[in-house]
Amino acid sequence: MSSKLSNETVLSQLTAKFGSVILDSSEPHGLLTIEIQPSALIEVVKWIKTEPSLNIAFLTNIAGVHYPDVLDREFAVVYHLHSLVNNFRVRIKCFLAENNLVIESLTSIYSGANWMERETFDFYGIQFNGHPNLVRILNEDSMDYFPMRKQYHLEDETREDKDDRFFGR
Amino acid sequence: MSELNEYSKLNHLSNETIDGEISTLNLGPTHPATHGIFQNILKVDGEKILSSEQTVGYIHRAFEKLAERRPYNQITPITDRLNYCSSPINNMGWHMTVEKLIGADVPKRVDYMRVIVMELARIADHLICNSVIGVDTGALTGFTYVFQEREKIYELYEEICGARLTTNVGRIGGFERDFSPTFHKKLKAFLKEFPKVFNEFDNLLSRNRIFMDRTIGAGPISAQRALDYSFTGPNLRAAGVDYDVRVMNPYASYEDFDFIVPVGTEGDTYDRFMVRQEEIRQSLKIIEQAYNNLPEGSYKADVPEFYLPPKEDVYNNMEALIYHFKIVMGETPIPVGEVYHSVEGGNGELGYYLISDGGRSPYRLQFRRPCFIYYQAYPEMITGQNISDAVLTLSSLNVIAGELDA
Amino acid sequence: MGKIEDVPTVNGEGFQLTVLDKVIGAARANSLWPLPFATSCCGIEYMATMGSNYDLARFGMERMSFSPRQADLLIVAGTISKKLAPVLKQVYEQMAEPKWVLSVGACASSGGIFDTYSVLQGIDRVIPVDVYVPGCPPRPEQIIDGIMKIQEMAKTESLRRRYSDEYKSLMSNYNIESDEQ
Repeated sequence: MSSKLSNETVLSQLTAKFGSVILDSSEPHGLLTIEIQPSALIEVVKWIKTEPSLNIAFLTNIAGVHYPDVLDREFAVVYHLHSLVNNFRVRIKCFLAENNLVIESLTSIYSGANWMERETFDFYGIQFNGHPNLVRILNEDSMDYFPMRKQYHLEDETREDKDDRFFGR
Repeated sequence: MSELNEYSKLNHLSNETIDGEISTLNLGPTHPATHGIFQNILKVDGEKILSSEQTVGYIHRAFEKLAERRPYNQITPITDRLNYCSSPINNMGWHMTVEKLIGADVPKRVDYMRVIVMELARIADHLICNSVIGVDTGALTGFTYVFQEREKIYELYEEICGARLTTNVGRIGGFERDFSPTFHKKLKAFLKEFPKVFNEFDNLLSRNRIFMDRTIGAGPISAQRALDYSFTGPNLRAAGVDYDVRVMNPYASYEDFDFIVPVGTEGDTYDRFMVRQEEIRQSLKIIEQAYNNLPEGSYKADVPEFYLPPKEDVYNNMEALIYHFKIVMGETPIPVGEVYHSVEGGNGELGYYLISDGGRSPYRLQFRRPCFIYYQAYPEMITGQNISDAVLTLSSLNVIAGELDA
Repeated sequence: MGKIEDVPTVNGEGFQLTVLDKVIGAARANSLWPLPFATSCCGIEYMATMGSNYDLARFGMERMSFSPRQADLLIVAGTISKKLAPVLKQVYEQMAEPKWVLSVGACASSGGIFDTYSVLQGIDRVIPVDVYVPGCPPRPEQIIDGIMKIQEMAKTESLRRRYSDEYKSLMSNYNIESDEQ
């Protein structure tokens, strides 16, 4: 099924409506990717959901990424959205600094964002404002660090039975 | 006789005269009826559920962190263990993601072979789910029939890759070997015999009065709420929305095949059961079409940087030797970029979000797991229902613990 | 199926002379009630073992007991994470003596391919294990081999083993309260 919208039309509609909020846009492998200011997230997502010509009303995925070497843009939250009616996908990225790791929660728009945001919090420590129950979901509650951050190892640091010399580490 | 009169009088008591009390019931984490390890703490009033609270993460195996350590072709065994009832679909999805990243051109024969393997996996997954719905209503016979058929599918997997359950099938760029003559023989036999056994299983449950009374109205969800919760797959189709990744964003030449996408109306357990039954039939149709029209050609794409060369070439040819060394050591140059690819898994849209920085292992690999996303709607689906219906709803959602926790 | 050993008997009606250990051993070995603690992929292979192709019912395991109070054999199939370890220990403590533990699969035996921060590297870090079945997942024939080894252990075990000092010290190594006097 081919898409009823094209990347150019959607991008032009978005820039016409939001202008400076959109910091960057690109099309890696054909998927329209826009980077917006984190403060404008709710506005943009709500607008593309309710705008009749776009109808991008399905939240596919929320992911977090850690870039430890980039100052003031260490963490990225990546949203994949989909328009089922028009068969169009879009990716929205928001970059956050490590000392201000807060972003608005999408649970007011999509109920499915609840656990996806809890998982991102569990792995990276990103706070979602307005989330009804932001606690760890997959790891134990007693864990005191955020395991997917790049500075932490895959293996448990406290294990004593495996000798790293024999495991090539 | 007089006791019966007393009892029938009790049924006419109004709710105010019965003393109610809210009790807390723990369903899980180890429970015979929850197929997998999840915990639900239910607040019940008698048998009726008022609210529930979930805890997941009991088999969190840190796939995403593990994927950042391993080179690209060593990630396939991890993807196996996501939805382990239909592991070839996960493997193929991963290979297609990497092929999208590197821009590989895959021959038609590989596409059709992939379709055959993926649809077999889909049949296997739906068979388990439906027989387990039967087991939860008390019909244990269906389970034993269906597992015999799964053994035949396991034999087909063994012909192509050697393993039964966690298959690790295929390579980046195609398959490791072509279909052997035994595979052709076994597949023909399977296509002939399976519909008969499946019809017996269907006759046992689909129009069975007891089964229908049990499952109709159990755990319903409306299409609007399902879309809000980002449902995909058979659960969303049972609610009435015909979203299928194979139709909307076709991959592996699915647009060449003629199949329908079954859709339900109410979104309750009976609809989910019937949608999966019909999808098994449609998968059989797709396998027949793919098998009858299997094009000639190579079983692998021309990607020497990712596909191990044959051993004769490694010993005789300098380039093949270098490629072999680079692939095994994980020194292949991988393009920088980010890609999101999704396939229609047994439970819905299984997505792979891959960010590559040119290194030997992915910079970030995130799995969009359908089970994880739709399981959060479970409390809403069971509020107001009886405990036994809650158990049925859980098994009809086909929540696979490996995909839930990743 | 196990072979009942020939024990010397005295000819007569209705009486048999044998050794108590052997009778109890044979009875225990051929009527183990398993508790399938199946978490992940090995659980599906266990279900295939229970199915009609590799029937487990012929070993006396027709009835899967899901309540630990009524089970003899704890079959742990699948990955155990650190979050689930206390649950596993509680299930083990709820079982009554004599009890055996079969660890199916690489993940249950040693953590498997998941040498990560959240996976318990082998269930023998929390409970004592009798037989380990390696594989990822093990074929049903391997699981049956493991079960047959458990049957051997059940058949030849001394009746006083659970009261012995060695057993008590094993339990105390795992911090499991043993309530045998």
